[in-house]
Amino acid sequence: MSNHLLREHAPITEQGWKLIDEEARERLLPGLAARRLVDFSGPRGWEHSATNLGRVERANVSELKGVEANRREVLPLIELRSRFQVSRAELRAGDRGAEDVDFADLDVAAQRIVEAENTAVFHSWRKAGIEGIASSSPHPAIVRKKNFDEYPGCVARAVELLLRNGIEGPYGVALGSEDYTSVVETAEHGGYPLLDHLRKITGGPLVWAPGVKGAIVLSLRGGDFAFDCGEDLSVGYESHDADSVSLYIEESYSFRVLTPEAAVAIVAPKGR
Amino acid sequence: MGFDQYHEPPEELPEQTRTFARLCASLTEEAEAIGWYEQRLAVERDPEAAAIMSDAVGEEYKHFSMDLEFLLRKTPKWREIARGVLFQEGDVVEHGEAAEAAADDGTDGDAPGAGSAVEGVAGGDGSLGIGSLRGEGL
Repeated sequence: MSNHLLREHAPITEQGWKLIDEEARERLLPGLAARRLVDFSGPRGWEHSATNLGRVERANVSELKGVEANRREVLPLIELRSRFQVSRAELRAGDRGAEDVDFADLDVAAQRIVEAENTAVFHSWRKAGIEGIASSSPHPAIVRKKNFDEYPGCVARAVELLLRNGIEGPYGVALGSEDYTSVVETAEHGGYPLLDHLRKITGGPLVWAPGVKGAIVLSLRGGDFAFDCGEDLSVGYESHDADSVSLYIEESYSFRVLTPEAAVAIVAPKGR
Repeated sequence: MGFDQYHEPPEELPEQTRTFARLCASLTEEAEAIGWYEQRLAVERDPEAAAIMSDAVGEEYKHFSMDLEFLLRKTPKWREIARGVLFQEGDVVEHGEAAEAAADDGTDGDAPGAGSAVEGVAGGDGSLGIGSLRGEGL
């Protein structure tokens, strides 16, 4: 079926597309933290261009007497595209059944788009009109100690702050790469894994979130954070020459924070 | 209220799969209701009662359609096959076989949460079928 991704124009066999799509999924899935923690709606398709906000601009733009005209406010979707190249020799190897096809450039492209999605949702992407979770939160960020032994205290303080503001759980935690590694590696006194302790405090998942700085504790009760997906992550074709095929990973979405109070950031101490 | 929609231990199923199973159960119930109303309307002689039931079955059509659309959105391969079958003129079985052949690229099943909703063939819509991963994590 032809669509704007133009896959049928690529010099790639069915087997080649299968390998590319599988590799892309494999590389994208682990880091897509936002989709694990916020409300996801869609996919609504490539034609979906804006999220309805239910509001109008207050400026009357009418030039006619007796007629009032107000423009609707909408949140445009952002299109993300991360390009990569695949060697045609490698694709031919895949067609022959090679199990070690080199998709290094695809892997880098996938990681770029994962980090872009996480950064936009959890921090912000102002040029794209996206105000993220941490930058919207009215709560002061909790500064963690250098020692991750005291991390549960930070998460517990974040949860208590949310509860005090009437934000019910369960709660999830988006852990930036540094925090994630430290949390997974750390055992508390007595050998109890830090990870298990944190899960008991939050009641929800802890998620690896590459692109996130520090960590963000947020409510998973629903209705607080809205990811509106147009085109879900897809692989499309751009061009090719004798040696390689230029492809891209693409998605379109908008993101809105509906309840800024429903998240608290945990940040690293300064001067490390 | 039982939990008959689960064929496997629910605690072992990802959240997405549990949601999928609930909507499958809902779809079944709506289809049953449509069948029941069809029978009731076939025998009802009171026009006022028939009008009420006609109105009620419209609700079931709507519910069934919404359930189906949700499930298709979550299952790219199913969606692809359905696209080739639904609202097409001509032989239903032929359309079904053709749509299945077009969508069948030999990948494993594409149950939500199973992590294999790949439509990895030229001619597919190119989506990686990732969607929501809500609740998944450590």
